[in-house]
Amino acid sequence: MPFNLLKYGLSSEYPVEVDLPPPTELKPSYDVVIIGGGGHGLAIAYYLSKYHGITNVAVLEKSYLGGGNTARNTAVIRSNYLTSEGVRFYAESVKMFQNLSNEFDFNIMYSERGQLTLAHTDATVRAFRQRAEVNKHFGGRTEMIDRQQIRELVPSLNLDPGHLPVLAGLWHIDGATARHDAVAWGYAKQAAKRGVEIHQLTEVQDLVIENGRITAVKTNRGTVKCGCAVQAIAGASSLMLAKAGIRAPIHTYPLQAMVTQPFKPFLDPLVSSSALHCYVQQTSRGEIVFGGGSDPYPLYNTRSTLDLKESLLAHAIEMFPFMANAKLMRQWAGITDMTPDYSPIMGLSPVQNYYLDAGWGTWGFKSTPICGKTMAELVASGGKVPELIKPFALDRFSTFQQVNEMGATAASH
Amino acid sequence: MKIMNCPLNGPRNISEFTYGGEFKVMPDPATCSDAEWADYVFNSDNAAGVVREWWLHNASSYWFLAERHTVTDQIIRTFDPKEVFSQRVEFAPHAQEIAG
Ligand SMILES: Cc1cc2nc3c(=O)[nH]c(=O)nc-3n(C[C@H](O)[C@H](O)[C@H](O)COP(=O)(O)OP(=O)(O)OC[C@H]3O[C@@H](n4cnc5c(N)ncnc54)[C@H](O)[C@@H]3O)c2cc1C
Repeated sequence: MPFNLLKYGLSSEYPVEVDLPPPTELKPSYDVVIIGGGGHGLAIAYYLSKYHGITNVAVLEKSYLGGGNTARNTAVIRSNYLTSEGVRFYAESVKMFQNLSNEFDFNIMYSERGQLTLAHTDATVRAFRQRAEVNKHFGGRTEMIDRQQIRELVPSLNLDPGHLPVLAGLWHIDGATARHDAVAWGYAKQAAKRGVEIHQLTEVQDLVIENGRITAVKTNRGTVKCGCAVQAIAGASSLMLAKAGIRAPIHTYPLQAMVTQPFKPFLDPLVSSSALHCYVQQTSRGEIVFGGGSDPYPLYNTRSTLDLKESLLAHAIEMFPFMANAKLMRQWAGITDMTPDYSPIMGLSPVQNYYLDAGWGTWGFKSTPICGKTMAELVASGGKVPELIKPFALDRFSTFQQVNEMGATAASH
Repeated sequence: MKIMNCPLNGPRNISEFTYGGEFKVMPDPATCSDAEWADYVFNSDNAAGVVREWWLHNASSYWFLAERHTVTDQIIRTFDPKEVFSQRVEFAPHAQEIAG
């Protein structure tokens, strides 16, 4: 057997699969330049090539693919938001995630475990009732459950943490996780197959804007002309917006997370509590992933802070007391662009052919497929905004039409 | 713990303070356009570099200004808003008593 394997491995019949073509020179011009090679930028490129036949596209990434927030997030996928606009958008994304492995022919390890959010006060119970109904109405699967049902679902959970007894839970059956960098790689590989060029180590340093239109981007590898451009650079949105002369309501904060040594499987659903500023889940490798709220003040820096780690761990141990003995393996942070209404900024900008995919804060991984698909529609149509993303336009702040998702976003990502 | 120097109370743990947003110049609410007001309320420079911002010392309810580098997190200086404001800012005309 080993001999046959060796023979096969060395023979020319062996199907060598190339993930991405080797790097090439930048062309002088592309129809579409996508700034940022995270999940979002790559998804936009993929759907442009797949549904619209637009392949003269370059994705420019200053570092390596998916090395930004895409590979730093805690991979929560859910649609149990509060507003009809939010739920409709995220519910569509959850559906797309369910089919991504098949579509890519590449395992993104999509794993549907359900998400349980805990209510510790009467006010939260009321808010959860509303969320459950809105969610059901717009295509998600969410219901309220009581203490007894929570006990059965998560036997290891402490139902009386400190001064905040658990009163009820919002049980979101569609809650899931997926391997985040696999999502980026799946999109990259399929987009590249269709002719999209993906250039890593290529930083966009400036924008050339003439008569209200973008005509080229300046990179560390020279100037590239473009028919239009999309910015999808998560934690650096404001910096590029400033180069385009666009003002936006974005504040940049670090978000920290951490992971323990592996344990035997004990926790199936994702469990989160915004009153305790903590969410906990067990990965398929057995590790326990924790995350919480953002840092208390803005910063463009991914350093870890002891106080945030301490408070996060204290709350995690209140929820699952046995974890007091767990060993932490890694801690990290990503830089997130928060908007005042905890909703993204997608669509048109004051520069005619410059499109925005920004303000994703702490909740943008779950939206990767639907964001990619709708942004591709927008680009392909030359600026006709798809219904699903109309509510997330930048100008909602000057018309006072925010989409307030704060209550449904904080600490459950 | 990171230390911040409160101009009123001296050096304190950063956990005693609350961040209050970027320092911006307020347009005149009586004369500015809706767009100018929305820009003032929502938009920000969000620069990566030295930024002037509001901070509150929670225990003493004292608001002051700080210059902080938003990449290195170095607090360059903190100072009393008197340095910037020479007069009291009135946000609205005085409330009038309504009879009955
Ligand atoms: C700790 C943490 C936990 C999170 N948990 C969740 C979660 O559970 N669920 C969820 O839905 N979301 C979560 N998020 C948010 C989510 O990670 C982001 O919203 C999402 O990854 C954004 O995707 P993106 O492709 O836009 O950004 P990124 O993956 O950050 O990609 C942007 C890319 O742009 C590149 N770039 C930047 N500037 C330039 C330039 N000038 N030129 C070229 N390239 C440039 C960067 O190098 C980067 O690779 C979390 C975030 C963090 C930090």
